Amino acid sequence: MSTADVVSPVTAPGEHHAHSGDGHDHGHGHQPHLAHHFESYEQQFDAGKLGIWLFLVTEVLFFSGLFCAYVVYRVLYPELFAFGHLFLNKELGAINTVVLLVSSLTMALAVRAAQLGQRQVLISMLVVTIACAFVFMGIKYVEYTTKFREGLFPARYFAPTPEALLHAAHMIHDAQSHGSAGHSAGAHDDHAADTSHGHDAKAGDHAHEEVNKNGLTAAEQAMVDSVKVPPNAGLFFSIYYCLTGLHGIHIIAGIAAISWILVRSIKGHFTPLYFGPVEYVGLYWHLVDLIWIYLFPLLYLIH
Amino acid sequence: MTAATMDHTGHGHDGHSHGGHGHDSHVHDGHGHYPGVPSYSHIMPLWILFAVFASLIALTALTVALSGVALGTAEIFVSMGIATIKALLVAVYFMHMRHDKPLNVLICTFSLVFVALFIGLLVFDSMEYYPNIAARTYVEMLDKAK
Amino acid sequence: MATIVENPSLTGGSPGAEPVVDNYLTFTRGWKSWAFTLDHKRIGVMYLFATLGAFFVGGVMALLLRSELFFPGQQFLSPDMYNHMFTLHGAVMTFLFIIPGIPAAQGNFVLPIMLGAKDVAFPRMNLGSFYLWIFGAIYLVAAIIFGGLDTGWTFYTPYSTTTNTSVILATTGVFILGFSSIFTGLNFIVTIHTMRPPGMTWFRMPLFLWATYATAIIQVLATPVLGITLLLLIAERAVGIGIFQPELGGDPVLFQHFFWFYSHPAVYIMILPAMGVISELISTFSRKHIFGYRFIAYSSIAIALLGFLVWGHHMFTSGQSAVSATMFSFLTFSVSIPSAIKVFNWLATMYKGSISFATPMVYALSFIFLFSIGGLTGLFLGALSVDIHLHDTYFVVAHFHYVMMGGTLIAFLGGLTYWWPKMTGRMYDEFSSQMAAIGVFIGFNLTFFPQFVMGARGMPRRYADYLPEYEFYHQLSTIGAFVLGVALVAAVGILVKSLWTGPKAPANPWGSATLEWQCSSPPPHDNFATTPEVGDPYAVESVKWSDSEHGYVKNPSYVPSKDH
Repeated sequence: MSTADVVSPVTAPGEHHAHSGDGHDHGHGHQPHLAHHFESYEQQFDAGKLGIWLFLVTEVLFFSGLFCAYVVYRVLYPELFAFGHLFLNKELGAINTVVLLVSSLTMALAVRAAQLGQRQVLISMLVVTIACAFVFMGIKYVEYTTKFREGLFPARYFAPTPEALLHAAHMIHDAQSHGSAGHSAGAHDDHAADTSHGHDAKAGDHAHEEVNKNGLTAAEQAMVDSVKVPPNAGLFFSIYYCLTGLHGIHIIAGIAAISWILVRSIKGHFTPLYFGPVEYVGLYWHLVDLIWIYLFPLLYLIH
Repeated sequence: MTAATMDHTGHGHDGHSHGGHGHDSHVHDGHGHYPGVPSYSHIMPLWILFAVFASLIALTALTVALSGVALGTAEIFVSMGIATIKALLVAVYFMHMRHDKPLNVLICTFSLVFVALFIGLLVFDSMEYYPNIAARTYVEMLDKAK
Repeated sequence: MATIVENPSLTGGSPGAEPVVDNYLTFTRGWKSWAFTLDHKRIGVMYLFATLGAFFVGGVMALLLRSELFFPGQQFLSPDMYNHMFTLHGAVMTFLFIIPGIPAAQGNFVLPIMLGAKDVAFPRMNLGSFYLWIFGAIYLVAAIIFGGLDTGWTFYTPYSTTTNTSVILATTGVFILGFSSIFTGLNFIVTIHTMRPPGMTWFRMPLFLWATYATAIIQVLATPVLGITLLLLIAERAVGIGIFQPELGGDPVLFQHFFWFYSHPAVYIMILPAMGVISELISTFSRKHIFGYRFIAYSSIAIALLGFLVWGHHMFTSGQSAVSATMFSFLTFSVSIPSAIKVFNWLATMYKGSISFATPMVYALSFIFLFSIGGLTGLFLGALSVDIHLHDTYFVVAHFHYVMMGGTLIAFLGGLTYWWPKMTGRMYDEFSSQMAAIGVFIGFNLTFFPQFVMGARGMPRRYADYLPEYEFYHQLSTIGAFVLGVALVAAVGILVKSLWTGPKAPANPWGSATLEWQCSSPPPHDNFATTPEVGDPYAVESVKWSDSEHGYVKNPSYVPSKDH
């Protein structure tokens, strides 16, 4: 820790009046990033911290509306959720959970580096965090496009394709034949990994059989017909898109916020006395992770 | 090196008396003191961060594994319980709540009370009036069948 | 390494001792110095103009509605136009005027000065909040231009998802306005927590700060729920998510629950700051220490918290379950306790006080009278059986206008006339201003009292036409509306006129003991050259009249008592 990093927090007399313009720029002369209306770095940090916590409170209440809709409909129509979750890709969800947890760790490490004035560590940790966020969004993109291809839209436009239904039929079949207790998470990996071609293996077996207008063999069509689509099944996907969509928007906002912090770290703005913005963005990022921690079991792991 | 020698302004700060603690280096319950770090900045030791991360990954694996096991009605409570433990780990260590001001912790707890109130009352009411809707739907179905 | 320098602001000093050369209005010049200002006082003044503009627009719509109702049958507004007009009157008045009116306009100006601070905690966010208000207002205006809006300000589904008016534009506007409100609230909470000067404990804060603090709690906790509700409504219209749509398995009552979880606490966002203003006015103009300080302070917090538990009383007839309705009815009555505590404490403050009927006090007295009527008629509506009869009638319209307009608007005017000398440095003409205030009171009662009567007799709200038996009440109401309109224009006109002709205002024209009266009028850019001394905010005997200053100055013989 070099002395040069550390700036005295002491307010010099007369500094308050020495500013130009509107006077709200950093009026403290030799105290960079201490706003003129605060007396000390500590007061500024406390204010910022309380501010970001209050902001997180608004975020929690913002999401609570969607969680509320989730709970209401899950209580009233549990069959929608049991059915709908068959179409979600548990593996991709789990990978995304790990990706976000890694990004949370790197964010916490970035905050630590900022507190200690380790600029290089700070920069690299922020870069890793942003990279994780992009990986998360990439996987989300794959999930969304798969669902759109399968006709799994929100309620009004919900029209699952025969392929999607066939996949669901296999899932139900697997669950029944393996016995609920015995089958592990990996049991239906093959179907889940790429749902649009989930029946390829089966299709190979029946390569010479005739296919109907849905591109399915008679046996497959029978399986599809055996799937009972509960009324208003699209409601599950409405809730799924709202929750994950809003969460995704928060990830994008997080990418923007972390990039802003990254630019400022490269410029060398942060010191052990002034690291507030890194901590605030970090708190926001952890909250986004926290919400996903709940979304993952609520949407993907319904039994 | 006098960076930790904060100019204590005597500001309100929620009535928590900061009575001159700024002039001492803050002792963080055994986590050691870092030179040049002001008292309001708590440094989370590396081993805690990595231990928390490892627990989070382990709990994720656990919840995925349990999703294949039939637990019946307990399932939602188990998976929500695991999620809550994970959330607490993130909040307490990654978000520094353990070393944060009591006010900030209070605000968060308080907001969760309101979320519980919102969701609780609403779910209660919709379960209460749902039978009326179901009965009405049934009557309409019978009318159509006539 | 800098050396430690003694900070003079910590050693105290006599405020106002140094001559003030510049005030916040003349500190910098040019439009940019306003458009990009971070000064809470300038942002407050811009908010004041903006909200008053919105109030004018909403008021003109109200007069058009009342004119249409002067005779039964159609005069000049088609039923469709009438629906658009009352919806926009409601939306503009609620979201653009009443919610930001006192906290964002007057609170922004006064709050940091009352705290002896230089600014709010986050000045940039404060300016951002103002521009969000502007954007929100633009969206609402765009909704008027592109297709109008006929859902009522409550946007109830399923009508709001099926009407072909521009619901998405309007809800986007309200969504943005919600964020403006959240930012204001967040800023105030942080400012009050972290920027109080030495010596100002929680129980030495002026009650206006307690009230804005309580308001800010609601803004931060409730407004996000409105945000998500409106987002879901937008998604409902845009991609048909069906959550509120019965034919897709959704539940419209759920929308009402969501909406009122915000919008009921929101009525306390509207009334609590008003109550804070009244607490200041009553003590100052009775020349007496406020009675029951702690009770008033706690009752603000109690109202804020209880306000979250009563939203279901808007839904007694909506299909809500009987159990919830009973519970919400019971809880609704409990809110009357803290409200009554405030009224009783104001009355007790006035008791044996040396009351001056200056304009702000005239408004404060009107407030107590009108708010009492508004509050008591709320009890009728909170009673389950009575509400079945009164629901969706003019009784409801009269009730909430007595609370919102008779309460919030009157307190807004009281605060405006009280702080006007501080904001502008000019005194207005006292007599004509008092007359205008009395005109507002008379016009208001003439407008809304007949609505109680016709509502109780069954006149439904939101109807463009009515049976001839209601004609007399409607005509009284319309005449009252015009009296009210003229009086309001006069009240504001008198204030504006003072900018040119008014005598210079002293630092403390009314004899208040709160900190904002210790800096000059108008305040300097930084509010205080040195951190002011904090005393009891209601020790009115700490100041005395000075003929040479034409205002109140520090009373040298005042010794702070230990009582308060």
